Amino acid sequence: MFAVRELSLDIAAGEFVSLLGPSGSGKTTVLTMVAGFDAPSVGRIVIGGRDVTRLAPNHRNIGMVFQKYALFPHLTIRQNIAFPLKMRGKSQKAATSRRVDEMLELIQLSGYAERYPNQLSGGQQQRVAVARALAFEPPVLLMDEPLGALDKKLREVMQFEIKRLQERLGVTVVYVTHDQDEALTMSDRVAIMCNGRLMQCGTPAELYRQPSSEFVADFIGRMNFIDGDCLDSKGGKTIVRLSEGSVLNLRSVGNDRDCRCAPGKALRVAIRPERIRLVRRGQGGAEAFPGVVDASVFVGSTYIVVVRLADRPEASLHVQIAADGFIPFQRNDNVDVLLDEEAVHVFPLVERCAA
Amino acid sequence: MTNFISRSRSHRLSFRRLSSYSARFYSLSTSIVLATPLIAALAIGFLYPVLKLFALSFSGGTLAYYRRIVAEPLHLAVLTGTVQVALVVTVASLLLGFPVAYLMARLSKGPATVVAACVFIPLWTSVLIRSYAWVTLLQRNGIINELLIDTGVTDGPLKLIYTQSAVILAMTHVLMPFMILPIYSALRALPADYVRAARNLGAGSLRAFVAVTLPLSLPGVFAGSVMCFVLALGFYITPALVGGPGSMLMATLIGQQTTVLLDWPFAAALSTVLLAVTLLFVLLFRRTLSLSKGLNSVY
Repeated sequence: MFAVRELSLDIAAGEFVSLLGPSGSGKTTVLTMVAGFDAPSVGRIVIGGRDVTRLAPNHRNIGMVFQKYALFPHLTIRQNIAFPLKMRGKSQKAATSRRVDEMLELIQLSGYAERYPNQLSGGQQQRVAVARALAFEPPVLLMDEPLGALDKKLREVMQFEIKRLQERLGVTVVYVTHDQDEALTMSDRVAIMCNGRLMQCGTPAELYRQPSSEFVADFIGRMNFIDGDCLDSKGGKTIVRLSEGSVLNLRSVGNDRDCRCAPGKALRVAIRPERIRLVRRGQGGAEAFPGVVDASVFVGSTYIVVVRLADRPEASLHVQIAADGFIPFQRNDNVDVLLDEEAVHVFPLVERCAA
Repeated sequence: MTNFISRSRSHRLSFRRLSSYSARFYSLSTSIVLATPLIAALAIGFLYPVLKLFALSFSGGTLAYYRRIVAEPLHLAVLTGTVQVALVVTVASLLLGFPVAYLMARLSKGPATVVAACVFIPLWTSVLIRSYAWVTLLQRNGIINELLIDTGVTDGPLKLIYTQSAVILAMTHVLMPFMILPIYSALRALPADYVRAARNLGAGSLRAFVAVTLPLSLPGVFAGSVMCFVLALGFYITPALVGGPGSMLMATLIGQQTTVLLDWPFAAALSTVLLAVTLLFVLLFRRTLSLSKGLNSVY
């Protein structure tokens, strides 16, 4: 049994990288190995050119914010933040005290120094945990789902706060989360993990636009999948048959199709809901697929219209349409479905990663 | 269609002036009813006899029996000796018990069960049997003396039993589970992240223990210490079996007064003094615990 397998990741100084994945994907294990609580059976961990693989956790000089903060309940906020400074024993009492005041000011909790952790709200405790982890100026900060215990509103405020601190202090952050919105909004790069493997690492936009695997395509944002067969593939041109009567002609782009498609191979076609257009039946032209509206749901800024393809009723597509104040389509309307070719991804049909 | 609508109406769920007691607590009247048998049992089984005893110690309307305790140096010596033995037993239980509790809390499941069995099986065995076990171990021609003579450590048998040390040894053994269990539960309740956080912030394993694990286990240490100390103050069977005349404790002295000398009022006076001393120490312990504000906020 492996918790993590063959994971390689280079993180630049000052970068904010998130490890994102479903629970059990090994992201926390990676973090505990970097922190030194677990030893990898194979491989190396290097920080700033120094191999720390066999180094005790207290010699690694890495800050860490724990999921439930792990503030010492028997120490005041001041003592908690001073703890790493005291352990290092370098700075004098006055210097330590000054540093604690600085950190408290940074997290805007100056008046709370003499309180105990349980006298603070969840969000305040979270900020203290960050301050404690940064008090000794570590070059690297690890965060293990630090916002998981907070409610949604507070989480958004804290995301902003953490990002502000990180940019101000220039610290490298490795952030573990299972919340994709959190990962996408905060990170410079996101590493997506599944079953202990690194699936893809890239900027949020890259992951959204060019998912390299079906798992990533499905995990990040909403995605429609339709199974089909490859009829022909050469010179960047691919023809996919979705059903007897409907053939998808892909001229170029999307993901790297050539190597994935061989004639006769089963495929899975993927497209985002906002890259599909719906028009009244007969207005779509030759490229369009006929469909029937199954449901139309108002979700605030947009409508989600669920469409079934006329000759493949088991395949339903979610289409996102801007809400302009009128209901665009209603149940049982006949429509033509237009796929934005540049946004179509094709993946080989294999067993999916259990999510 | 109409049928469907009428059906859905009849299943309508509505809330009007909804209010509720907390589901976690019984109402006051239920609580009183449920607590009554316990209060009655306490009153009949404890308060009444204790008060009776208290009254008995003043029989004749004088403080004569208390004067006798103070006047006779032997009685005071027994009292201070009892407190001393109880303190030594408590400290010894703590020093020996803490590592055991720590091991139980930290070992993986299988070995932890073995350690737990070593703690629990003696606890489930009668105190009388365990005290007699110490007699067979410590007596003149007991196992320990035989071993010492066979290995040539000593020529003749040592006087091991009927000494103060024997009393302390046996009492520590009997009372140690009462120290181990509260410490164990305090350590088990401690999230592993505290130690990890301390290590991460630069503490070595020893410093992490001293700065985090130890202070956070103090409530368990206090609970165990109070239990051990209070039980040791009134311990009867073990000191009676392995102790000698020179190592008499309060309980033995009181027993002597009631069964041999049949001096009930004096026994009552001695009991009252022992009870007062016990209460005094319990209050002292509690006071010490409540002084540390951080700990108060944890538990």
